[in-house]
Amino acid sequence: MSRNLIIGAGLTAFFTGLAALSFLWTPYDIEVLDIPNRLLTPGGVHLLGTDHFGRDILSMVMMGARTSIAVALVAVGIGMGLGVPLGLWAAARRGSLLDDVIMRGNDLVFAFPSLVIAILITAVFGPSAGNAIIAIGIFNIPVFARLTRSAALPLWERDFILAARVSGKGAARISAEHILPNIANLMVVQGTIQFSLGILAEAALSYIGLGAQPPTASWGRMLADAQTLVSIAPHVALIPGFAILLTVLGLNLLGDGLRDWLDPRIRVVRT
Amino acid sequence: MHHFKRLAASTAIVLCASGALAQDSITVAIQLEPPNLDPTSGAAQAIDSVLYANVFEGLTRFDADGAIIRGLAQSWDISEDGLTYTFNLAAGVTFHDGTTMDAEDVKFSLDRARAEDSTNAQKALFADIADVTVIDPLKLQVTLSKPNGMFLFNMAWGDAVIVAPESIDTIATNPIGTGPFAFANWVQGDRLELARNDSYWGAAPALETATFRFISDPTAAFAAMMAEDVDVFVGFPAPENLPQFAADPRFQVLNGNTEGETILAMNNQREPFDNPLVRRAVTHAIDRQAIIDGAMFGQGTPIGTHFAPHNPDYVDLLANSQFDPELSRSLLAEAGLADGFTTTLKLPPPSYARRGGEIIASQLRAVGIETEIANLEWAQWIEEVFTNKDFGLSIVSHTEPMDINIYANPGYYFQYDNADFRAVLDELNATTDPAGRSALLAQAQTIISEDYVNAYLFQLGVATVARAEITGLWVNQPTAAVDLTGVSWGN
Repeated sequence: MSRNLIIGAGLTAFFTGLAALSFLWTPYDIEVLDIPNRLLTPGGVHLLGTDHFGRDILSMVMMGARTSIAVALVAVGIGMGLGVPLGLWAAARRGSLLDDVIMRGNDLVFAFPSLVIAILITAVFGPSAGNAIIAIGIFNIPVFARLTRSAALPLWERDFILAARVSGKGAARISAEHILPNIANLMVVQGTIQFSLGILAEAALSYIGLGAQPPTASWGRMLADAQTLVSIAPHVALIPGFAILLTVLGLNLLGDGLRDWLDPRIRVVRT
Repeated sequence: MHHFKRLAASTAIVLCASGALAQDSITVAIQLEPPNLDPTSGAAQAIDSVLYANVFEGLTRFDADGAIIRGLAQSWDISEDGLTYTFNLAAGVTFHDGTTMDAEDVKFSLDRARAEDSTNAQKALFADIADVTVIDPLKLQVTLSKPNGMFLFNMAWGDAVIVAPESIDTIATNPIGTGPFAFANWVQGDRLELARNDSYWGAAPALETATFRFISDPTAAFAAMMAEDVDVFVGFPAPENLPQFAADPRFQVLNGNTEGETILAMNNQREPFDNPLVRRAVTHAIDRQAIIDGAMFGQGTPIGTHFAPHNPDYVDLLANSQFDPELSRSLLAEAGLADGFTTTLKLPPPSYARRGGEIIASQLRAVGIETEIANLEWAQWIEEVFTNKDFGLSIVSHTEPMDINIYANPGYYFQYDNADFRAVLDELNATTDPAGRSALLAQAQTIISEDYVNAYLFQLGVATVARAEITGLWVNQPTAAVDLTGVSWGN
């Protein structure tokens, strides 16, 4: 296992663990404001200090991790759940009109800057974590559809697929039983990368006020709330900033590490 | 040697001149850019912020303390019955395009503002005018249909400034007034420039040019001020940064008051806020000081009714709605809502609303009232809350001076409908005697406080951050204005 994989997995496990722990316990209740104790510096009773409302920042980061991970996870789920079947379908009917329709449809979604459309969706349907999930999820669909199709196309030319066809299996069964297992590792790697992009997108949307609404904690909104406080209480901005940075870094390292680890060609070279 | 002396002398003159040049221009930042430049039709406060007292003048005007002083009218006589006002206009006044300002222009301006098809944003100011008659070029008679103790006050508003028929068609982009500064240039989205009016009828201002910039983002405002890109910021948007400016010898911070009563508005026609018990429960659930400290970093004065505390007629009614969560819970139980309820809390962009909203949501949750917060842009807020009245709770600051009369309008967005209150206001409008007015205003304030129409939070403060050398700025904002008439670099 590479060092990337270990560091990446460690960071990801840490923040996922924080999010999981927040369901059971946080040091303080973030829905209770404590104005007299605002902007305390890290250390003491509040390990990471307090924000401008006197809320415990560690608790906010834990609850924010939950929001970020939940939004990104569901968004990747939407992308995979719709994108992979579309890609498999397009590959199975390669060269047909259907293939063209699916892939040009993907191009259409790709043609728009994803964040701008996400802003449009949340602006039209109202800002909420749910709409942020849908907005981010939609842009994951073409990513997975394209990757699946391009990975599946060469497989269709392989002998073992030919054998499956000769034995009378239909396109759907071949896709599910023979193509999908052979591209699963790619999907896992891409899923990890999309997951980190999802966390960034959620932070960006909530930074401009279009993500999870208060009192739900969100790293992006913590950053936005803290930006005028940078000169008087820098930790209020730095802590959520580092949380985003480390999570995204961890997921990217994990994705890289997983690719090296799972890709059979690279593995052969190494051993 | 002789030559050298002359050279030295002329260099000195040039140096003086350039020194003086650097010190007679000013860059002023405000938060919002005006959508157009016609104060007599646009409702946006930013129009007055830039143009009031600088470019446009009315018959009377507000001074820095909110008192009504002479404007273009140098004196006036009021008839015994309070119905006829005879104004004597200042002599030698010209508009910036060179045309003369006389009684005909005043008649034109007033008739235009009160006309049937007038688009004036404050038409109520002119509602009592029955007739405007020109006696001679410098004398004008205004007849009212009924006595109005507020008439001179009304004429001081930015919506009542004097405009000329010659320039009215292009006023929205090229405002021509009589003030000490003439409009020079407007680069939309960037800046607006004013230049001194050298033929001004009154005392000439010290500044040669003034540039207005529009910065609504608190972070950008802080950066622009710190980098000295702007000399003055009127209405600085980030109260948390004020101590830093106060501690910096390059700057001064002026903490003033405004006419902005900041309220938690309740939709009086929507369940459960149609029940006075519920409205009362909301007011007792709120800890004003926590909001002032948490949202405004201490800038603001608690209020118990919809009236400015610096006004001599203000009545302290804070006792009606003291912070008392226990009482709040028992009132809710009495109203049959012991288990609480869920409502919407729609918030416009300013930080008093966004931050204040989070604090209020937390305080209401403590007594069992759950709120769904929706952060709206101004246009959405105007549409959803102000126009369509689709809200349960909202936070907004009412910055118009003396605006308690909004409670007499059942169609106003919080939809308070009380005939007794309207009777008091009708009587107030017909009363000119100051003692009688005070008593009626006290009565009006008490009615809305005891009816718990809205939860009255605090009087919005205004912070002006300026370079330390600058003098003559308004500390308070009795009306939206950045009056540059008396502003100088203090040298």
